[in-house]
Amino acid sequence: GGGAMGRAMGLVGLLVGLVVVPAVLLGAGFGRGEPPPEPQPAPSERDAASAAIPEDSLWPLPQSLRTSLVRLQLAPERFQVLHGAGSSAGPGCGLLQDAFRRYYEYVFGRSHWRKPHRKSLSAQGELSQLQVVITAPEPGCDSFPRLASSEAYHLTVTEPVAVLKADEVWGALRGLETFSQLVHEDDYGSFLINESEIYDFPRFAHRGILLDTSRHYLPLKSILTNLDAMAFNKFNVLHWHIVDDQSFPYQSISFPELSNKGAYSYNHVYTPTDVHLVIEYARLRGIRVIPEFDTPGHTQSWGKGQKDLLTPCYSGERPSGSFGPVNPILNSTYDFMTTFFKEISSVFPDAYIHLGGDEVSFNCWKSNPEVKKFMRKQGFGIDYAKLESYYIQKILDIVSSYNKGCMVWQEVFDNNAELKPDTVVEVWMANNYAHELSSVTRAGFTAILAAPWYLDYISYGQDWTKYYSVEPLNFPGSEKQKRLVIGGEACLWGEYVDATNLTPRLWPRASAVGERLWSSRNVTNLQDAYKRLSNHRCRML
Amino acid sequence: AENKQPWRTPCTELLISVATPGCNGFPSLDSKESYKLNISRDSLLLNADTVWGALRGLETFSQLVGRDENGMYYVNETEIVDFPRFPHRGLLLDTSRHYLPLKAILETLDVMAYNKLNVFHWHIVDDPSFPYESFTFPELSKQGAFNAMTHVYTASDVQTVIEYARLRGIRVIAEFDTPGHTLSWGPGAPGLLTVCYSGKDPSGTYGPINPIFNTTYQFVTSLFQEISSVFPDYFIHLGGDEVNFTCWKSNPEILAFMKKMGFGEDYTKLESFYIQRLLDIVSSLGKGYMVWQEVFDNGVKVRPDTIIHVWKNNVPYAEEMANVTKAGYRALLSAPWYLNRISYGQDWMAAYQVEPLKFKGAFLQKDLVIGGEACMWGEYVDVTNLTPRLW
Repeated sequence: GGGAMGRAMGLVGLLVGLVVVPAVLLGAGFGRGEPPPEPQPAPSERDAASAAIPEDSLWPLPQSLRTSLVRLQLAPERFQVLHGAGSSAGPGCGLLQDAFRRYYEYVFGRSHWRKPHRKSLSAQGELSQLQVVITAPEPGCDSFPRLASSEAYHLTVTEPVAVLKADEVWGALRGLETFSQLVHEDDYGSFLINESEIYDFPRFAHRGILLDTSRHYLPLKSILTNLDAMAFNKFNVLHWHIVDDQSFPYQSISFPELSNKGAYSYNHVYTPTDVHLVIEYARLRGIRVIPEFDTPGHTQSWGKGQKDLLTPCYSGERPSGSFGPVNPILNSTYDFMTTFFKEISSVFPDAYIHLGGDEVSFNCWKSNPEVKKFMRKQGFGIDYAKLESYYIQKILDIVSSYNKGCMVWQEVFDNNAELKPDTVVEVWMANNYAHELSSVTRAGFTAILAAPWYLDYISYGQDWTKYYSVEPLNFPGSEKQKRLVIGGEACLWGEYVDATNLTPRLWPRASAVGERLWSSRNVTNLQDAYKRLSNHRCRML
Repeated sequence: AENKQPWRTPCTELLISVATPGCNGFPSLDSKESYKLNISRDSLLLNADTVWGALRGLETFSQLVGRDENGMYYVNETEIVDFPRFPHRGLLLDTSRHYLPLKAILETLDVMAYNKLNVFHWHIVDDPSFPYESFTFPELSKQGAFNAMTHVYTASDVQTVIEYARLRGIRVIAEFDTPGHTLSWGPGAPGLLTVCYSGKDPSGTYGPINPIFNTTYQFVTSLFQEISSVFPDYFIHLGGDEVNFTCWKSNPEILAFMKKMGFGEDYTKLESFYIQRLLDIVSSLGKGYMVWQEVFDNGVKVRPDTIIHVWKNNVPYAEEMANVTKAGYRALLSAPWYLNRISYGQDWMAAYQVEPLKFKGAFLQKDLVIGGEACMWGEYVDVTNLTPRLW
């Protein structure tokens, strides 16, 4: 697992194997069914992987990295991570205290601190401390990460003390992760780190993972494990697609019937406590939790516990018994949404809520006589996109009134709804997404990119290279436009995913997206990435 | 109403009656797996010819038992007569591309039993690693395993797998694939692999097993002697697939040998030369063998009871099935069941819709199809993703 136990560094065997495997993987590709590769060097040619240089397992690659050959040893019994002099954060900073312990365990494992370690012959000194210095007057210990939070850090590793400087605690978290990736074990189990200096900051501010807990319920543990994995890869947004057609696991305080009737079972719900746990666990890792309550489509499960919310479909003159999207013509709909989103706004502390707005099927609306009457009254003609926009605009207003920003799927923009200027548009349709990014940014909206990163679309072989090779800013547009692309998200839709296969399906493929969103644009070499990614993956296990 | 009892007298015994003894034996290709299950108000009866049929019947019985809202276990009156359509229903695991810890293999055997699969095809070694600890040639795993201490199958591990499988009516067929797919054999067996040449000098790389030296055949004899004794099943899978001729073509001694033998430029003849000797060695050890289809395709003379394993898709596999059975050999189908080739969505349906006997041939010919195997090659599979990828 990705927790404190599983982060042994430098497993010689696995690393050694990985030196051989790449040749087979990149060359042979398919083991069977493909033309055989060139004769390979005999496996005895692989060298001791402990000679691997420290940069060989950094992921994502920092913006600026200088290492020297001078190696320092860390003694688990003595080594400390602590607040440095002049830091605006101190022992009262729970977030950092928690992180110090967590990263200590990642670096040394649980058992190591008991045994005294002998001095390593390959070390030229000892690193006894990592001092963490937060420079901004408000470190952010008790606040939630925001889009504008600084995640930059400056890490210097020299004898006897390493210093990690960051504006805010969020940068310290990123720097701690990098520090933990620099420490490696030699053949004798000694912990070593090379003298180095790193300046680092993310290229994009919004680096997200989408989890879908409606198509399949995901137990809490699964979500928390995923947050750990996100932190290893410097992801900072959990886009929680919490409800959808299939099930409504979110236990609402204002409308308990929603999950009572809409969840798969009473065991398949997220209680308020569960939700708080996720939010806090995420916060301690510098991860924002953006909930998505997707409407007016994708709402079948809402209708089970909220009568008259969904549009009744008609078969000729009579209701057919089935229901369509949220009914946009009733006042009760907006009364419901007002109360509902008031709760959501208070439960989820992030400045943004995702309102969905994708894939609205108009068939049911078209069949309903009341809706048709309403269309006529509003002068929408037969343009149901106008009705959709009418609805969305009202929801956007409701949510804005709670001082929340809105994220929406691209259809909301494509169908010409009137959006507030700070609306974030998520581009997800794979067909010509570069063109869509152009349009969205040209219209002055911020955009995030998900289209090329639908990780639920599995395929045979090393598809991580496909995700890694995406360049988000490869679209026609001015510099100003391109600055409006604030990041992207790797999406793991849940049609074929549950707790039995989530982790191996998402990781390490999502790591490719993580580096693309954090590291510099010119970090594109696949060979180098493969080397670092395979080391990183073993470490994550 | 509280006193209404929809159940008959509670059933307390499932009586199992096995006609032929065989508790201490190993399952084989000829084992009868048929059973009859009779669940009536008076009794629960499972009748089988052999213990293997009883195992299949127990699995079915366990699938019939339901549980109601009150937690009461129940079973409906049922009459089942069951037997497998094909006697060889296998699963291939690859422990060379990635080592699989024992636990993962045992877990797989459990799930195989849930699905009435009865052959574990253990593709135990290959190019990337040699995890099989041989007592005759300990250097093979010492030099060839990913890690000689941690990524090996000891003799005890192997026996554990064989017994765990046996208790579930599963045969273990080991595959030691030669002459290709043997790079990991090289470090522990110097001189075994062909030295590739770059012009006049060795290039530093190696190719398939060198078929021209007597030492090769001495080695092969000793190794397969051990394998024959370790693995109780009558069949051993000898591989024989994807032999790359480039290295052979570059080696001066091999070129000389080709001339001497009058093989001309036809390296399939050299391949056959090796394979034939290998097959003779294994026969003399009293074992039967399975081979990948190339052995048949390249015209190697094999014994009539050889099983040809059809895996390629370059030519429609139905054609290959027809050719193999027309020539009188038994055939095993894997080509449409490479489960390592993942894709989005409900791909189980494509696997389900395969009809193994859909090829041009006489009825008697089709009797030669003894079954098939789902393959989970290990290039992208290890213990972290094996189970959800396979099931």
